[in-house]
Amino acid sequence: MMKFRKPKNYLEGSRRLANAVKKGITDDLVVQCPKCKKSLENSELVGRLNVCIYCGHHFRQNARQRLNFICDKGSFAELYGEMVSQNILSFPEYDKKLANAKLSSAEKDAVICGTCTINGVKSAIFVMEPYFMMGSMGVVVGEKIASLFELATQKQLPVVGFTVSGGARMQEGILSLMQMAKISGAVKQHSDAGQLYICVLTDPTTGGVTASFAMQADVTIAEPNALIGFAGPRVIEQTIRRRLPDGFQQASFILEKGFTDDIIERKDQKNYITKLLKLHNYGNQN
Amino acid sequence: MTAYEKVTAARAKGRATAVDYIAEIFDDFLEMHGDKRFADDKSVVAGIASLQGLPVTVIGIEKGRNIKERSLRNSGSAHPEGYRKALRQMKLAEKFNRPVICFVDTPGAYCGIGAEERGQGQAIAENLTEMMTLKTPIISIVIGEGGSGGALALSVADEVWMLENAIYSVISPEGCASILWKDASRAKDASECLKLTAEDLYKFRVIERIIAENDYKFLHIKTELLKTITKNKALSQAELLNNRYMRFRKIGETTQ
Ligand SMILES: [Zn+2]
Repeated sequence: MMKFRKPKNYLEGSRRLANAVKKGITDDLVVQCPKCKKSLENSELVGRLNVCIYCGHHFRQNARQRLNFICDKGSFAELYGEMVSQNILSFPEYDKKLANAKLSSAEKDAVICGTCTINGVKSAIFVMEPYFMMGSMGVVVGEKIASLFELATQKQLPVVGFTVSGGARMQEGILSLMQMAKISGAVKQHSDAGQLYICVLTDPTTGGVTASFAMQADVTIAEPNALIGFAGPRVIEQTIRRRLPDGFQQASFILEKGFTDDIIERKDQKNYITKLLKLHNYGNQN
Repeated sequence: MTAYEKVTAARAKGRATAVDYIAEIFDDFLEMHGDKRFADDKSVVAGIASLQGLPVTVIGIEKGRNIKERSLRNSGSAHPEGYRKALRQMKLAEKFNRPVICFVDTPGAYCGIGAEERGQGQAIAENLTEMMTLKTPIISIVIGEGGSGGALALSVADEVWMLENAIYSVISPEGCASILWKDASRAKDASECLKLTAEDLYKFRVIERIIAENDYKFLHIKTELLKTITKNKALSQAELLNNRYMRFRKIGETTQ
Protein backbone atom coordinates (compact mmCIF):
# COMPACT_ATOMS: atom_id res chain seq x y z
CA MET A 1 0.00 0.00 0.00
CA MET A 2 1.26 3.45 -0.91
CA LYS A 3 1.97 5.99 1.78
CA PHE A 4 -0.02 9.15 1.70
CA ARG A 5 0.39 12.52 3.26
CA LYS A 6 -2.07 12.89 6.06
CA PRO A 7 -4.80 15.22 4.78
CA LYS A 8 -4.58 18.60 6.43
CA ASN A 9 -8.03 18.74 7.82
CA TYR A 10 -8.49 15.18 9.01
CA LEU A 11 -9.17 14.62 12.67
CA GLU A 12 -7.60 17.87 13.75
CA GLY A 13 -8.81 19.44 16.91
CA SER A 14 -7.85 18.80 20.44
CA ARG A 15 -9.56 16.53 22.90
CA ARG A 16 -7.35 18.05 25.58
CA LEU A 17 -8.84 21.43 24.81
CA ALA A 18 -12.40 20.21 24.85
CA ASN A 19 -11.95 18.49 28.17
CA ALA A 20 -10.30 21.53 29.64
CA VAL A 21 -13.12 23.70 28.40
CA LYS A 22 -15.64 21.36 29.88
CA LYS A 23 -14.00 21.33 33.26
CA GLY A 24 -13.75 25.10 33.21
CA ILE A 25 -9.99 25.13 33.19
CA THR A 26 -9.04 28.52 31.87
CA ASP A 27 -5.44 28.83 32.98
CA ASP A 28 -2.28 28.32 31.01
CA LEU A 29 -3.45 25.72 28.49
CA VAL A 30 -2.22 26.74 25.07
CA VAL A 31 -3.20 25.34 21.69
CA GLN A 32 -1.83 26.02 18.27
CA CYS A 33 -4.29 27.01 15.55
CA PRO A 34 -3.97 24.45 12.73
CA LYS A 35 -4.66 27.15 10.15
CA CYS A 36 -2.64 30.24 11.10
CA LYS A 37 -0.28 28.35 13.48
CA LYS A 38 -0.55 31.06 16.10
CA SER A 39 -0.69 30.04 19.74
CA LEU A 40 -3.95 30.58 21.51
CA GLU A 41 -4.68 30.50 25.19
CA ASN A 42 -7.58 28.35 26.10
CA SER A 43 -9.35 31.25 27.80
CA GLU A 44 -9.25 33.17 24.52
CA LEU A 45 -11.04 30.33 22.75
CA VAL A 46 -13.71 29.70 25.36
CA GLY A 47 -15.05 33.21 25.25
CA ARG A 48 -15.12 33.11 21.46
CA LEU A 49 -17.08 29.92 20.79
CA ASN A 50 -13.83 28.03 20.04
CA VAL A 51 -13.01 30.18 17.03
CA CYS A 52 -9.44 31.40 16.45
CA ILE A 53 -9.22 35.10 17.26
CA TYR A 54 -6.58 35.63 14.55
CA CYS A 55 -7.86 33.77 11.48
CA GLY A 56 -11.42 32.66 12.28
CA HIS A 57 -10.61 28.94 12.20
CA HIS A 58 -13.48 27.01 13.77
CA PHE A 59 -12.24 24.46 16.32
CA ARG A 60 -14.43 21.55 17.29
CA GLN A 61 -17.00 22.30 19.90
CA ASN A 62 -18.69 19.87 22.22
CA ALA A 63 -22.45 19.46 22.16
CA ARG A 64 -23.22 21.18 25.49
CA GLN A 65 -21.29 24.28 24.44
CA ARG A 66 -23.33 24.47 21.24
CA LEU A 67 -26.59 24.03 23.13
CA ASN A 68 -25.57 26.80 25.53
CA PHE A 69 -25.05 29.16 22.64
CA ILE A 70 -28.05 28.21 20.46
CA CYS A 71 -30.79 27.66 23.05
CA ASP A 72 -32.24 30.52 25.07
CA LYS A 73 -30.98 30.47 28.65
CA GLY A 74 -32.70 27.79 30.70
CA SER A 75 -34.95 26.69 27.84
CA PHE A 76 -33.30 23.40 26.92
CA ALA A 77 -35.16 20.31 28.17
CA GLU A 78 -33.23 17.15 27.40
CA LEU A 79 -35.02 14.07 26.07
CA TYR A 80 -34.00 10.40 25.96
CA GLY A 81 -30.91 11.28 28.01
CA GLU A 82 -30.99 7.98 29.87
CA MET A 83 -30.37 5.79 26.80
CA VAL A 84 -27.04 3.96 26.77
CA SER A 85 -25.46 1.76 24.11
CA GLN A 86 -25.06 -1.94 24.63
CA ASN A 87 -22.56 -4.31 23.11
CA ILE A 88 -25.21 -6.29 21.23
CA LEU A 89 -22.75 -8.04 18.91
CA SER A 90 -20.20 -8.73 21.70
CA PHE A 91 -17.83 -6.77 19.53
CA PRO A 92 -14.19 -6.82 20.72
CA GLU A 93 -13.12 -3.83 22.81
CA TYR A 94 -16.45 -2.07 22.35
CA ASP A 95 -17.25 -2.01 26.07
CA LYS A 96 -13.89 -0.39 26.75
CA LYS A 97 -14.42 2.10 23.92
CA LEU A 98 -17.82 3.05 25.30
CA ALA A 99 -16.41 3.54 28.78
CA ASN A 100 -13.61 5.75 27.43
CA ALA A 101 -16.04 7.74 25.29
CA LYS A 102 -18.20 8.41 28.34
CA LEU A 103 -15.16 9.64 30.23
CA SER A 104 -13.77 11.87 27.51
CA SER A 105 -17.12 13.42 26.59
CA ALA A 106 -18.98 13.28 29.91
CA GLU A 107 -22.00 12.22 27.82
CA LYS A 108 -23.89 8.92 27.67
CA ASP A 109 -23.84 8.69 23.87
CA ALA A 110 -22.99 10.58 20.68
CA VAL A 111 -26.06 12.81 20.40
CA ILE A 112 -28.01 15.08 22.74
CA CYS A 113 -31.69 15.69 21.95
CA GLY A 114 -34.35 17.90 23.43
CA THR A 115 -36.63 20.86 23.03
CA CYS A 116 -35.77 24.50 23.54
CA THR A 117 -36.58 28.01 22.46
CA ILE A 118 -34.31 29.86 20.04
CA ASN A 119 -34.84 33.61 20.48
CA GLY A 120 -38.27 32.68 21.75
CA VAL A 121 -39.15 30.20 18.99
CA LYS A 122 -39.93 26.71 20.24
CA SER A 123 -37.91 24.00 18.46
CA ALA A 124 -36.78 20.41 18.69
CA ILE A 125 -33.00 20.21 18.63
CA PHE A 126 -30.30 17.55 18.31
CA VAL A 127 -26.58 18.12 18.59
CA MET A 128 -24.03 15.40 17.91
CA GLU A 129 -21.02 15.05 20.21
CA PRO A 130 -17.55 14.89 18.62
CA TYR A 131 -15.88 13.67 21.79
CA PHE A 132 -18.04 10.55 21.99
CA MET A 133 -16.48 8.18 19.43
CA MET A 134 -16.42 11.06 16.92
CA GLY A 135 -20.19 11.23 16.79
CA SER A 136 -20.51 7.67 15.54
CA MET A 137 -24.07 6.51 14.86
CA GLY A 138 -25.29 3.37 16.58
CA VAL A 139 -28.68 2.16 17.75
CA VAL A 140 -28.97 4.76 20.52
CA VAL A 141 -28.18 7.68 18.18
CA GLY A 142 -30.72 6.29 15.70
CA GLU A 143 -33.37 5.78 18.33
CA LYS A 144 -32.90 9.24 19.86
CA ILE A 145 -32.94 11.19 16.60
CA ALA A 146 -35.85 9.19 15.13
CA SER A 147 -37.84 9.72 18.36
CA LEU A 148 -37.09 13.44 18.25
CA PHE A 149 -38.40 13.76 14.68
CA GLU A 150 -41.52 11.78 15.62
CA LEU A 151 -42.12 14.07 18.57
CA ALA A 152 -41.57 17.16 16.40
CA THR A 153 -44.05 15.83 13.84
CA GLN A 154 -46.62 15.24 16.54
CA LYS A 155 -46.08 18.63 18.24
CA GLN A 156 -45.66 20.54 14.96
CA LEU A 157 -42.17 21.73 15.84
CA PRO A 158 -39.26 22.52 13.54
CA VAL A 159 -36.10 20.46 14.00
CA VAL A 160 -32.67 22.10 14.24
CA GLY A 161 -29.79 19.64 14.02
CA PHE A 162 -26.00 19.87 14.29
CA THR A 163 -24.09 16.98 12.75
CA VAL A 164 -20.57 15.81 13.48
CA SER A 165 -19.82 12.20 12.72
CA GLY A 166 -17.36 9.70 11.35
CA GLY A 167 -20.39 7.67 10.20
CA ALA A 168 -22.14 4.50 11.27
CA ARG A 169 -20.81 2.74 14.38
CA MET A 170 -18.91 -0.29 13.14
CA GLN A 171 -19.12 -1.99 16.56
CA GLU A 172 -22.90 -2.35 16.17
CA GLY A 173 -22.62 -3.88 12.70
CA ILE A 174 -25.69 -4.02 10.48
CA LEU A 175 -27.88 -2.57 13.25
CA SER A 176 -26.04 0.74 12.97
CA LEU A 177 -26.48 0.77 9.17
CA MET A 178 -30.23 0.31 9.65
CA GLN A 179 -30.36 3.49 11.75
CA MET A 180 -29.78 5.45 8.54
CA ALA A 181 -33.07 4.13 7.15
CA LYS A 182 -34.86 4.49 10.48
CA ILE A 183 -33.93 8.17 10.87
CA SER A 184 -34.63 8.85 7.17
CA GLY A 185 -38.15 7.53 7.62
CA ALA A 186 -38.77 9.81 10.60
CA VAL A 187 -37.30 12.80 8.73
CA LYS A 188 -39.60 12.09 5.77
CA GLN A 189 -42.71 11.92 7.98
CA HIS A 190 -41.75 15.23 9.58
CA SER A 191 -41.20 16.76 6.15
CA ASP A 192 -44.45 15.38 4.72
CA ALA A 193 -46.24 16.95 7.70
CA GLY A 194 -45.02 20.34 6.43
CA GLN A 195 -42.47 20.95 9.18
CA LEU A 196 -39.07 22.59 8.75
CA TYR A 197 -35.77 20.81 9.29
CA ILE A 198 -32.56 22.86 9.43
CA CYS A 199 -29.25 21.02 9.53
CA VAL A 200 -25.88 22.55 10.40
CA LEU A 201 -22.96 20.49 9.11
CA THR A 202 -19.92 20.76 11.36
CA ASP A 203 -16.45 19.27 11.24
CA PRO A 204 -16.37 16.43 10.29
CA THR A 205 -19.65 15.15 8.82
CA THR A 206 -19.02 11.96 6.87
CA GLY A 207 -20.16 8.41 6.09
CA GLY A 208 -23.60 7.16 6.99
CA VAL A 209 -24.63 10.45 8.57
CA THR A 210 -23.86 12.35 5.36
CA ALA A 211 -25.65 9.62 3.40
CA SER A 212 -28.78 10.11 5.50
CA PHE A 213 -30.07 12.89 7.77
CA ALA A 214 -27.23 15.38 7.19
CA MET A 215 -28.33 15.67 3.55
CA GLN A 216 -32.09 15.53 4.08
CA ALA A 217 -32.79 18.97 5.55
CA ASP A 218 -34.88 21.69 3.94
CA VAL A 219 -32.08 24.13 4.68
CA THR A 220 -28.50 22.90 5.05
CA ILE A 221 -25.77 25.19 6.32
CA ALA A 222 -22.13 24.38 6.85
CA GLU A 223 -19.67 25.72 9.38
CA PRO A 224 -16.47 27.31 8.00
CA ASN A 225 -13.60 24.86 7.44
CA ALA A 226 -15.79 21.83 8.18
CA LEU A 227 -14.92 18.61 6.35
CA ILE A 228 -18.08 17.27 4.73
CA GLY A 229 -18.28 14.19 2.53
CA PHE A 230 -19.42 10.63 2.10
CA ALA A 231 -16.07 8.85 2.08
CA GLY A 232 -13.27 10.08 4.33
CA PRO A 233 -10.23 11.58 2.57
CA ARG A 234 -7.93 8.71 3.54
CA VAL A 235 -10.29 6.14 2.05
CA ILE A 236 -10.58 8.13 -1.18
CA GLU A 237 -6.81 8.53 -1.44
CA GLN A 238 -6.35 4.81 -0.97
CA THR A 239 -9.01 4.05 -3.59
CA ILE A 240 -7.78 6.41 -6.29
CA ARG A 241 -4.10 6.09 -5.32
CA ARG A 242 -3.31 9.75 -5.48
CA ARG A 243 -3.48 12.80 -3.28
CA LEU A 244 -6.58 14.89 -3.03
CA PRO A 245 -6.45 18.54 -4.07
CA ASP A 246 -6.27 21.18 -1.32
CA GLY A 247 -9.64 22.18 0.03
CA PHE A 248 -11.34 18.98 -1.16
CA GLN A 249 -14.49 18.29 0.90
CA GLN A 250 -14.12 21.57 2.80
CA ALA A 251 -17.25 23.62 3.44
CA SER A 252 -16.39 26.03 0.61
CA PHE A 253 -16.05 23.06 -1.78
CA ILE A 254 -19.44 21.71 -0.71
CA LEU A 255 -20.95 25.15 -1.30
CA GLU A 256 -19.33 25.40 -4.73
CA LYS A 257 -20.59 21.95 -5.73
CA GLY A 258 -24.10 22.85 -4.64
CA PHE A 259 -24.66 20.64 -1.59
CA THR A 260 -25.09 23.26 1.11
CA ASP A 261 -27.26 26.37 1.02
CA ASP A 262 -24.69 28.58 2.70
CA ILE A 263 -21.72 28.74 5.05
CA ILE A 264 -22.50 30.49 8.32
CA GLU A 265 -19.96 31.36 11.01
CA ARG A 266 -20.63 29.96 14.43
CA LYS A 267 -21.26 33.36 16.04
CA ASP A 268 -23.96 34.14 13.46
CA GLN A 269 -25.75 30.79 13.54
CA LYS A 270 -28.29 31.59 16.22
CA ASN A 271 -29.50 34.71 14.44
CA TYR A 272 -29.50 32.96 11.08
CA ILE A 273 -31.55 30.06 12.42
CA THR A 274 -33.96 32.47 14.12
CA LYS A 275 -34.55 34.33 10.85
CA LEU A 276 -35.15 31.06 9.04
CA LEU A 277 -37.62 29.87 11.67
CA LYS A 278 -39.55 33.14 11.49
CA LEU A 279 -39.56 33.12 7.68
CA HIS A 280 -41.22 29.72 7.95
CA ASN A 281 -43.86 31.20 10.24
CA TYR A 282 -42.68 29.62 13.46
CA GLY A 283 -43.06 31.75 16.57
CA ASN A 284 -45.42 34.16 14.83
CA GLN A 285 -48.63 32.72 16.23
CA ASN A 286 -49.92 33.89 19.60
CA MET B 1 -19.46 -22.41 6.73
CA THR B 2 -17.60 -19.76 8.72
CA ALA B 3 -18.41 -16.08 8.27
CA TYR B 4 -15.27 -15.59 6.22
CA GLU B 5 -16.08 -18.54 3.98
CA LYS B 6 -19.39 -16.82 3.30
CA VAL B 7 -17.57 -13.57 2.51
CA THR B 8 -15.40 -15.48 0.03
CA ALA B 9 -18.42 -17.24 -1.48
CA ALA B 10 -20.36 -13.97 -1.79
CA ARG B 11 -17.49 -12.46 -3.77
CA ALA B 12 -16.53 -15.58 -5.76
CA LYS B 13 -16.01 -15.33 -9.49
CA GLY B 14 -18.59 -17.34 -11.40
CA ARG B 15 -21.31 -16.47 -8.92
CA ALA B 16 -24.55 -15.32 -10.57
CA THR B 17 -24.76 -11.53 -10.82
CA ALA B 18 -27.75 -9.19 -11.12
CA VAL B 19 -28.05 -9.56 -14.91
CA ASP B 20 -28.29 -13.36 -14.50
CA TYR B 21 -31.15 -13.01 -12.01
CA ILE B 22 -32.92 -10.57 -14.30
CA ALA B 23 -32.56 -12.89 -17.30
CA GLU B 24 -33.67 -16.01 -15.40
CA ILE B 25 -36.63 -14.60 -13.47
CA PHE B 26 -38.25 -12.05 -15.82
CA ASP B 27 -39.44 -11.82 -19.42
CA ASP B 28 -39.23 -8.91 -21.85
CA PHE B 29 -36.71 -6.91 -19.81
CA LEU B 30 -36.33 -3.45 -21.35
CA GLU B 31 -33.28 -1.67 -19.97
CA MET B 32 -33.58 2.06 -19.26
CA HIS B 33 -30.33 3.98 -19.16
CA GLY B 34 -29.23 7.16 -17.45
CA ASP B 35 -30.28 9.43 -14.60
CA LYS B 36 -31.35 12.18 -17.05
CA ARG B 37 -29.08 14.57 -15.14
CA PHE B 38 -25.46 13.71 -15.73
CA ALA B 39 -24.67 10.24 -17.06
CA ASP B 40 -25.51 6.57 -17.34
CA ASP B 41 -23.84 4.69 -14.49
CA LYS B 42 -23.28 1.14 -15.72
CA SER B 43 -22.90 -0.17 -12.16
CA VAL B 44 -26.68 -0.04 -11.97
CA VAL B 45 -28.95 -1.90 -14.39
CA ALA B 46 -32.56 -0.74 -14.38
CA GLY B 47 -35.66 -1.25 -16.47
CA ILE B 48 -39.12 -2.66 -16.91
CA ALA B 49 -39.98 -6.34 -17.24
CA SER B 50 -42.72 -8.88 -16.91
CA LEU B 51 -42.90 -11.17 -13.89
CA GLN B 52 -45.11 -13.94 -15.20
CA GLY B 53 -47.33 -11.38 -16.92
CA LEU B 54 -47.14 -8.75 -14.19
CA PRO B 55 -45.33 -5.53 -15.20
CA VAL B 56 -42.58 -4.76 -12.68
CA THR B 57 -39.62 -2.41 -12.33
CA VAL B 58 -36.32 -4.23 -11.89
CA ILE B 59 -33.11 -2.65 -10.59
CA GLY B 60 -29.81 -4.40 -9.99
CA ILE B 61 -26.33 -3.42 -8.94
CA GLU B 62 -24.13 -5.29 -11.39
CA LYS B 63 -20.54 -6.29 -10.63
CA GLY B 64 -19.74 -7.83 -14.01
CA ARG B 65 -18.95 -11.45 -14.75
CA ASN B 66 -15.47 -11.14 -16.27
CA ILE B 67 -12.58 -8.66 -16.35
CA LYS B 68 -14.02 -6.66 -19.22
CA GLU B 69 -17.48 -6.44 -17.67
CA ARG B 70 -16.11 -5.65 -14.24
CA SER B 71 -14.22 -2.72 -15.68
CA LEU B 72 -17.37 -1.48 -17.44
CA ARG B 73 -19.46 -1.96 -14.29
CA ASN B 74 -16.83 -0.52 -11.92
CA SER B 75 -17.18 -3.87 -10.07
CA GLY B 76 -20.56 -2.80 -8.78
CA SER B 77 -19.37 0.36 -7.00
CA ALA B 78 -21.96 2.88 -8.09
CA HIS B 79 -21.54 6.62 -8.50
CA PRO B 80 -24.30 9.07 -7.49
CA GLU B 81 -25.77 8.73 -11.00
CA GLY B 82 -26.42 5.03 -10.36
CA TYR B 83 -28.56 5.75 -7.31
CA ARG B 84 -30.31 8.59 -9.14
CA LYS B 85 -31.02 6.34 -12.11
CA ALA B 86 -32.52 3.79 -9.72
CA LEU B 87 -34.65 6.44 -8.02
CA ARG B 88 -35.91 7.75 -11.35
CA GLN B 89 -37.07 4.27 -12.32
CA MET B 90 -38.67 3.79 -8.90
CA LYS B 91 -40.62 7.04 -9.30
CA LEU B 92 -41.88 5.77 -12.65
CA ALA B 93 -42.81 2.49 -11.01
CA GLU B 94 -44.89 4.44 -8.49
CA LYS B 95 -46.56 6.43 -11.24
CA PHE B 96 -47.54 3.32 -13.18
CA ASN B 97 -48.29 1.23 -10.12
CA ARG B 98 -45.55 -1.33 -10.76
CA PRO B 99 -43.90 -3.24 -7.90
CA VAL B 100 -40.12 -2.68 -7.58
CA ILE B 101 -37.63 -5.52 -7.26
CA CYS B 102 -34.00 -4.72 -6.45
CA PHE B 103 -30.99 -7.05 -6.69
CA VAL B 104 -28.13 -5.89 -4.49
CA ASP B 105 -24.52 -6.90 -5.10
CA THR B 106 -21.96 -4.21 -4.30
CA PRO B 107 -18.75 -3.78 -2.33
CA GLY B 108 -20.10 -0.29 -1.52
CA ALA B 109 -20.74 3.12 -3.05
CA TYR B 110 -17.69 4.33 -4.98
CA CYS B 111 -15.19 6.47 -3.06
CA GLY B 112 -13.67 8.92 -5.53
CA ILE B 113 -13.33 12.57 -6.47
CA GLY B 114 -16.19 12.70 -8.99
CA ALA B 115 -18.48 10.75 -6.67
CA GLU B 116 -17.89 13.28 -3.89
CA GLU B 117 -18.19 16.29 -6.23
CA ARG B 118 -21.57 15.10 -7.42
CA GLY B 119 -22.93 14.28 -3.98
CA GLN B 120 -22.56 10.57 -3.22
CA GLY B 121 -23.97 11.15 0.26
CA GLN B 122 -26.86 13.26 -1.01
CA ALA B 123 -27.78 10.67 -3.66
CA ILE B 124 -27.96 7.83 -1.13
CA ALA B 125 -29.77 10.02 1.42
CA GLU B 126 -32.43 10.92 -1.13
CA ASN B 127 -33.06 7.26 -1.99
CA LEU B 128 -33.58 6.48 1.69
CA THR B 129 -36.32 9.08 2.18
CA GLU B 130 -37.98 8.53 -1.20
CA MET B 131 -38.03 4.74 -0.95
CA MET B 132 -39.52 4.95 2.53
CA THR B 133 -42.67 6.55 1.09
CA LEU B 134 -42.74 5.12 -2.43
CA LYS B 135 -46.37 4.14 -2.95
CA THR B 136 -45.77 0.72 -4.48
CA PRO B 137 -44.42 -2.56 -3.07
CA ILE B 138 -40.61 -2.89 -2.94
CA ILE B 139 -38.65 -6.11 -2.42
CA SER B 140 -34.86 -6.14 -2.24
CA ILE B 141 -32.71 -9.24 -2.53
CA VAL B 142 -29.04 -9.26 -1.51
CA ILE B 143 -27.56 -11.76 -3.97
CA GLY B 144 -23.84 -11.35 -3.19
CA GLU B 145 -22.26 -8.49 -1.29
CA GLY B 146 -24.41 -5.98 0.55
CA GLY B 147 -21.82 -3.25 1.05
CA SER B 148 -22.95 -0.60 3.54
CA GLY B 149 -24.71 2.60 2.41
CA GLY B 150 -24.35 1.64 -1.25
CA ALA B 151 -26.46 -1.46 -0.58
CA LEU B 152 -28.93 0.28 1.73
CA ALA B 153 -29.63 2.82 -1.04
CA LEU B 154 -31.56 0.04 -2.82
CA SER B 155 -32.80 -1.81 0.26
CA VAL B 156 -35.39 0.39 1.92
CA ALA B 157 -38.03 -2.20 1.08
CA ASP B 158 -41.11 -3.96 2.44
CA GLU B 159 -39.08 -7.16 2.62
CA VAL B 160 -35.36 -7.80 2.27
CA TRP B 161 -34.17 -11.28 1.36
CA MET B 162 -30.69 -12.72 1.21
CA LEU B 163 -29.12 -15.58 -0.64
CA GLU B 164 -27.78 -18.22 1.73
CA ASN B 165 -24.16 -17.22 1.08
CA ALA B 166 -24.68 -13.50 0.66
CA ILE B 167 -23.36 -10.97 3.17
CA TYR B 168 -24.66 -7.57 4.28
CA SER B 169 -22.48 -5.34 6.40
CA VAL B 170 -21.91 -1.80 7.64
CA ILE B 171 -18.24 -2.01 6.60
CA SER B 172 -16.09 -4.48 4.65
CA PRO B 173 -14.23 -7.00 6.80
CA GLU B 174 -10.97 -5.56 5.45
CA GLY B 175 -11.98 -2.02 6.39
CA CYS B 176 -13.06 -3.18 9.83
CA ALA B 177 -9.82 -5.09 10.41
CA SER B 178 -7.67 -2.13 9.42
CA ILE B 179 -9.52 0.13 11.85
CA LEU B 180 -9.64 -2.40 14.66
CA TRP B 181 -6.18 -3.98 14.40
CA LYS B 182 -4.46 -1.71 11.85
CA ASP B 183 -4.18 -4.86 9.74
CA ALA B 184 -6.47 -5.46 6.77
CA SER B 185 -5.25 -9.05 6.48
CA ARG B 186 -7.20 -9.93 9.61
CA ALA B 187 -10.42 -9.71 7.59
CA LYS B 188 -11.21 -13.27 8.63
CA ASP B 189 -11.46 -12.29 12.31
CA ALA B 190 -13.37 -9.13 11.45
CA SER B 191 -15.92 -11.16 9.45
CA GLU B 192 -16.83 -13.05 12.60
CA CYS B 193 -17.15 -9.88 14.69
CA LEU B 194 -19.39 -8.05 12.22
CA LYS B 195 -22.21 -10.65 12.19
CA LEU B 196 -22.75 -10.20 8.46
CA THR B 197 -24.14 -13.57 7.32
CA ALA B 198 -27.72 -14.16 6.21
CA GLU B 199 -28.32 -16.22 9.37
CA ASP B 200 -27.07 -13.39 11.59
CA LEU B 201 -29.27 -10.84 9.84
CA TYR B 202 -32.29 -13.11 10.03
CA LYS B 203 -31.69 -13.48 13.76
CA PHE B 204 -31.54 -9.68 14.15
CA ARG B 205 -34.77 -9.43 12.09
CA VAL B 206 -33.04 -7.26 9.52
CA ILE B 207 -34.13 -9.64 6.74
CA GLU B 208 -37.29 -11.69 6.21
CA ARG B 209 -36.07 -14.63 4.19
CA ILE B 210 -33.00 -16.69 3.36
CA ILE B 211 -32.91 -18.16 -0.16
CA ALA B 212 -31.21 -21.55 -0.44
CA GLU B 213 -28.49 -21.66 -3.09
CA ASN B 214 -29.40 -24.60 -5.26
CA ASP B 215 -30.45 -25.26 -8.86
CA TYR B 216 -33.97 -24.05 -8.14
CA LYS B 217 -33.08 -20.68 -6.67
CA PHE B 218 -34.32 -18.59 -9.62
CA LEU B 219 -37.62 -20.46 -9.78
CA HIS B 220 -37.95 -20.27 -6.01
CA ILE B 221 -37.38 -16.49 -6.03
CA LYS B 222 -39.90 -16.06 -8.85
CA THR B 223 -42.56 -17.97 -6.92
CA GLU B 224 -41.88 -16.11 -3.67
CA LEU B 225 -41.84 -12.73 -5.43
CA LEU B 226 -45.27 -13.38 -6.90
CA LYS B 227 -46.65 -14.47 -3.52
CA THR B 228 -45.21 -11.50 -1.63
CA ILE B 229 -46.24 -8.97 -4.26
CA THR B 230 -49.78 -10.31 -4.25
CA LYS B 231 -49.85 -10.04 -0.47
CA ASN B 232 -48.49 -6.47 -0.46
CA LYS B 233 -50.71 -5.31 -3.31
CA ALA B 234 -53.73 -6.24 -1.21
CA LEU B 235 -52.70 -3.73 1.47
CA SER B 236 -53.91 -0.14 1.47
CA GLN B 237 -51.23 2.44 0.66
CA ALA B 238 -51.26 3.64 4.27
CA GLU B 239 -50.78 0.09 5.58
CA LEU B 240 -48.01 -0.63 3.10
CA LEU B 241 -46.06 2.50 4.03
CA ASN B 242 -46.68 2.17 7.74
CA ASN B 243 -45.43 -1.44 7.65
CA ARG B 244 -42.34 -0.33 5.75
CA TYR B 245 -41.60 2.42 8.26
CA MET B 246 -42.17 0.13 11.24
CA ARG B 247 -39.95 -2.53 9.71
CA PHE B 248 -36.98 -0.16 10.14
CA ARG B 249 -38.31 1.69 13.17
CA LYS B 250 -38.21 -1.50 15.23
CA ILE B 251 -34.61 -2.38 14.48
CA GLY B 252 -32.59 -2.02 17.63
CA GLU B 253 -35.62 -1.06 19.68
CA THR B 254 -35.80 -4.36 21.57
CA THR B 255 -32.28 -3.85 22.87
CA GLN B 256 -33.18 -0.87 25.05
ZN1 LIG C 1 -5.92 30.77 13.51
